[in-house]
Amino acid sequence: MSRAVKFVQGNEACVEGALYAQLDFFAGYPITPSTEVAEHLAKRLPQKGGKFIQMEDEIASMCAIIGASLTGHKVMTATSGPGFSLMQEALGYAIMAEIPAVIVNVQRGGPSTGIPTHVSQGDVNQARWGTHGDHSIVALTASNHQDVFTMTVEAFNIAETYRTPVVLLFDEVVGHMRERLEIPEPGELHLVERLRTAVKQGVDYHPYLPREDGRLPMSDFGDVHRYNVTGLAHDMWGFPSDNPGVVHGLLRHLVDKIENNVNQMAHYKEFYTEDAETMLISYGSAARSALHVVEHLRGKGERVGLLELQTLWPFPKSVVRERCSQAKYTVVVEMNMGQICQAVQSAVDLPETVFLANRIDGAFITPTDIRKLLRVIQGRGV
Amino acid sequence: MKRCRMVFSGSGGQGVITAAIVLAEAAVLQENKIAVQTQAYGAAARGGATRSDVIISEEVINFPKVIQPNVLVCLTQEAYNKFYTIIRPGGLLITDSRYVTLHTKVDARQCELPLYRTVMDEIGKPIVFNICMLGAVIGLTGLVQADSIMRTLETRIPPDFLDMNRKALELGLALAKE
Repeated sequence: MSRAVKFVQGNEACVEGALYAQLDFFAGYPITPSTEVAEHLAKRLPQKGGKFIQMEDEIASMCAIIGASLTGHKVMTATSGPGFSLMQEALGYAIMAEIPAVIVNVQRGGPSTGIPTHVSQGDVNQARWGTHGDHSIVALTASNHQDVFTMTVEAFNIAETYRTPVVLLFDEVVGHMRERLEIPEPGELHLVERLRTAVKQGVDYHPYLPREDGRLPMSDFGDVHRYNVTGLAHDMWGFPSDNPGVVHGLLRHLVDKIENNVNQMAHYKEFYTEDAETMLISYGSAARSALHVVEHLRGKGERVGLLELQTLWPFPKSVVRERCSQAKYTVVVEMNMGQICQAVQSAVDLPETVFLANRIDGAFITPTDIRKLLRVIQGRGV
Repeated sequence: MKRCRMVFSGSGGQGVITAAIVLAEAAVLQENKIAVQTQAYGAAARGGATRSDVIISEEVINFPKVIQPNVLVCLTQEAYNKFYTIIRPGGLLITDSRYVTLHTKVDARQCELPLYRTVMDEIGKPIVFNICMLGAVIGLTGLVQADSIMRTLETRIPPDFLDMNRKALELGLALAKE
């Protein structure tokens, strides 16, 4: 049997990935440029016996998927900047209550309603720090449809493995562009199933007591175990606690389960990095322009390479540091004012060798934009 | 041609974006080529000059937009005025002779075709104007086979409309021959 081939938008590739990962509950409120995610799931999910709900807004959408996830479903919502802002409080709740969920943000220009139909990568730090309080977050991205599919599956796997919300940070160009997508055969990609407790009915179940490996088995809410779920700091029973030891242990657990597994979650691609004097770092649609430049300049014999990040958070610090250690210049290509550039600067040994090649006007960054900035950075003038 | 970059432009409702999607999908799914299609959203898609970019290639396509098209199609005066300067020197400019008056010579092969008039005379339904245009494009460039376009249309439109589309495609191919 050969793989099914489709010619689709990035948003549809995300839908295909989510269905492959066995998504069975979606709640959302359509917003450009993410609308096609909801549009296609509205059709596809009921056909597979799943549930699709269009909610009254993004706050309700996020809350609905949290509830559905607790009852045992694989859940997702999709939005863009303004909707992602509304989801932040409930996103924090999902972090605190340790609820697996996938949140797709197809980025557009901001702040506020911004430029709805144009591309941006301005929500990178919002994904990291949009909700209040000390916490860690997982955010993945992709530059082409095959990777959109794979990263969507990976988002569900990480969400289930670590009992945590995962953000998929796509952008308008990838979301709307059409290109080839091959759907992997069932079983070709590994799927992480919900880890359910072995504790029997009538026996005490501790929803927030990690096993030795750090994972927390779940019990479908409303099934055989009664337990409490709250956004307040809580003990192993899920009941509110202000005991400093309990609170400390909980916060450390929430952050450590992500930060201690940075390497397991670090997804990236490398192009000509071995001998690169100028190292480009990019992600999402901007990485397509960056790779175009790298291929072009390699053809002229210039030692340029590209590190394409697919995991943005937790930031793969050691990978970035190692790959940039031999480079004369590190140039971060992104469509914002330097959100990943800052992370790169704090990761490398010589932050003064890190430069930003960006565009913030809603227009897609072109290879010419990057080439001109590269020449300036290299001291060669435009 | 190793890589062909195209821009289809016109006004909202003429079907230039649909035509671009059909062409790119035919190249990928029927002929196993590599293709990427993008389009302008926003105000341009609601009136004004709409635009869709298609790249068909034998190699991986990284940068997905078109800056200098090898083939530029303009179905309205506004689209022509806005885009004619971006054509790649030595490229192919296709315009509809009812809607567009060329006001300068560009360094490209200029094909003024009576696409709209032919569709209205022979079929009488403007809805297949875009497919006639597509017929002219593949006739002039040989990018994909007419059969591939028809097989793609079969998956996208109701069977009752297929004959009309086939006729429009053939009219476009015939105009390209002339």
